[in-house]
Amino acid sequence: MSTADVLMGRGLRVLNRVSASPLIDRFGLRKPAERLLFLTSKNAFRAAGSVGRQFAAVQKLAQPARLAKAPSRALFDLTPSDEQQMLKDAVLAFASEQLRPAAVAADAACATPAELLKAAAELGVAMMGIPEELGGAGAERSAVTSALVHEAMAQGDLGLAVACLAPSAVSTALVLWGDEGQQAKYLPSFAGDNLPAAALAIQEPRALFNPFELQTTAKTVKRGYVLNGVKSLVPLAATAELFIVAAQLEGHGPALFIVEANTPGLKVDAEPAMGLRAAATGTLTLSNVELSGDTMLARGAQDAYAECIALSRIAWCALAVGCGQAALDYLIPYVNERLAFGEPISHRQSVAFNIANIGIELEGMRLATLRAASRAEQGLDFIREAAIARKLCADKAVVIGSDAVQLLGGHGFVKEHPAERWYRDLRAVGVMEGVVLV
Amino acid sequence: MINLESPKKFAALAMQAHQVAKEVFRPISRKYDLAEHDYPKELDMLASLLDGMTAGGGASGAGAAGVGRGARENSDENRNGSNLSSLVGVMELCWGDVGLLLSMPRQGLGNSAIAAVANEEQLERFKGRWAAMAITEPGCGSDSAAIRSTAVKDGDDYILNGEKIYVTAGDRAELVVVWATLDKNIGRAAIKSFVVEKGTPGFELVRLEHKLGIRASDTAAFVLKDVRVPAKNLLGDPEVNVEKGFAGVMQTFDNTRPLVAGMALGLTRAVLEETRRVLEAAGVVIDYNAPVITQSAAAAQFIGMEADYESARLLTLQAAWLADNRKPNSLQASMAKAKAGRTCVDVALKAIELCGSIGYAETSLLEKWARDAKILDIFEGTQQIQQLIVARRLLGKSSAELR
Repeated sequence: MSTADVLMGRGLRVLNRVSASPLIDRFGLRKPAERLLFLTSKNAFRAAGSVGRQFAAVQKLAQPARLAKAPSRALFDLTPSDEQQMLKDAVLAFASEQLRPAAVAADAACATPAELLKAAAELGVAMMGIPEELGGAGAERSAVTSALVHEAMAQGDLGLAVACLAPSAVSTALVLWGDEGQQAKYLPSFAGDNLPAAALAIQEPRALFNPFELQTTAKTVKRGYVLNGVKSLVPLAATAELFIVAAQLEGHGPALFIVEANTPGLKVDAEPAMGLRAAATGTLTLSNVELSGDTMLARGAQDAYAECIALSRIAWCALAVGCGQAALDYLIPYVNERLAFGEPISHRQSVAFNIANIGIELEGMRLATLRAASRAEQGLDFIREAAIARKLCADKAVVIGSDAVQLLGGHGFVKEHPAERWYRDLRAVGVMEGVVLV
Repeated sequence: MINLESPKKFAALAMQAHQVAKEVFRPISRKYDLAEHDYPKELDMLASLLDGMTAGGGASGAGAAGVGRGARENSDENRNGSNLSSLVGVMELCWGDVGLLLSMPRQGLGNSAIAAVANEEQLERFKGRWAAMAITEPGCGSDSAAIRSTAVKDGDDYILNGEKIYVTAGDRAELVVVWATLDKNIGRAAIKSFVVEKGTPGFELVRLEHKLGIRASDTAAFVLKDVRVPAKNLLGDPEVNVEKGFAGVMQTFDNTRPLVAGMALGLTRAVLEETRRVLEAAGVVIDYNAPVITQSAAAAQFIGMEADYESARLLTLQAAWLADNRKPNSLQASMAKAKAGRTCVDVALKAIELCGSIGYAETSLLEKWARDAKILDIFEGTQQIQQLIVARRLLGKSSAELR
């Protein structure tokens, strides 16, 4: 059996589980589920070989294709739609069956196995966010669905989740802010057979980094733009075929630029970090990188840039929630089984209350994240809610990571248990800007 | 469809409650903080207005009486009902003043107990009457299973004996829901609640407490000496059912804890709004785009306070929403109460530090709010009790295993 067949099998197993669910028929979801299955299998059967690909528009769009705004809602409701539940279950199954077992090796190797990235692409997560006219499966903009996917993915492993979701941050940015030419050129590849590795590069290597005051500069020249600067902790940096890079446009403000990986003047160096190691982070140095005039997203609109930063922060919150949930799920049986002084350590209030507080803060993080995402997709102002969710998740995530190690004691400190990895990964939440998007 | 905004249909109710908080509560807030034990007569008219709102609009009022029985009809349909609307009302009113909310006639916690566990006949009989709740005793607080007050069946009556303290609105209410045990040896299962009419012979008010905060609200102590209560005033099941145990009396809390969390949230929002005003007047800029680490320490701390408030608020909305949809919410109700209780104390105390003498002096309400806040992390289950409940649920432990 070829690798492709094996992968196909894995992807199918997950989807099979979904389509076997009685929910599907009960709620008339057979069609969307089958569409997802169709697209997935279509992609798996096409020939591989994207390395050195030339991005070129194969179709012309009269105007940019955007997903319809989600309808505004009158009632408070925490129940996901059947489609959201289905997708979440599929991603959770993928996360527990594929990501978790691969996490230790990927962390050590500072790389995500290529077949795992392909299997993630097969899940169709990126495709769900791309409009149908560009070959995707998306109809409606849903930041909530995306947040649920990020959360579920990170429940498997945060570093691998970043690696798997990084390309869809680029496609989501193109869907939201790309013009018709940019969309036609790049998006079909993201909806197609094999997703290009791609990364949204905002972060810069300095203290008190503020994404609204960038040191990477973009200068307007006759032919377009010239970019200079250094981007830090870029996921999949060495293998990415496409970057979206944030730079300060002279006399204007921060803006996003599409930069193909083979553009002269780009240099990638490995930049392994405390955590997120599976995402193969690197620095991206731009030295007089010349870009054509059609490479800036959203015509440099400042509100679009602020939105991008906020949506990215929401995505990091969702990742934190997923990883925090993984930690809680691991801790509960551990403290119930671990004996000290003749009884489970969970019978001691100092241990039990710690678990309670993780549960309480985690649930609050989840709700704050969902609120920000839900406001975003309904077209309500969400900048403040995103900032607040980020502050909450950044503060509590490190505590959860630290408590996870602490509750396991010495066992938490050794790599036999995943707690030390969560400790390292969760520290990223308050640091990172960009990389992922809901 | 996932949506965490306050329901649009309660916007009018929220606006009305806000007007009451702003125009009625706030102007007399300091007055009754200073004049502890004076009856806030301004509330009588307000209570009538509220009764009218409840009777007229179908929108269940803004007090504790509204919670409890949710929809029975279509169980699949998302419902935003009386638990959420009561919560919205309570949050707005406590933005005005927590002590005055607790003094609102006919909106006592006893009313919640009646709403949650009374039978139809009792609901009708106690309708429109102000009921306080008497659980705590000198020898038992959080450990309500250790209640020593006794109830002994005597013909068609029960004879109650014991001592009760910390009865909110105990002086002003017309009824007091008293917790007493039918058999001290059985423990939890034998504890029942009885509606006692004020003026019943042997039911004596012994004192009113002097307190750190919520001084507008009277806190009474009672002794019960051979108090004769009709058997039909026992709320819930009169049988001692060891299997079902405490569930009957305790289920009130699933509905009232989100409300008490809501009180904490209203106060917290008042503190945040006032603190923001004072900080901005001092030139502090709060920016939601720039990372907090790049902002002033005051701005960063303020955003952190807002973050905890948001978390507590959404946890509380979740607990009330679950109750409206008749889904189990014990875990979420305790999470909400724990988070809201500690957040309101934290935020109120930090606010004083941020605002300096403006916060500490009686010239603003910030110092009063910080005093009022503490009770919200104590009554209706202390922080520690909530953590115990949450821990037991998450860990799957019984109260015998995790004590």
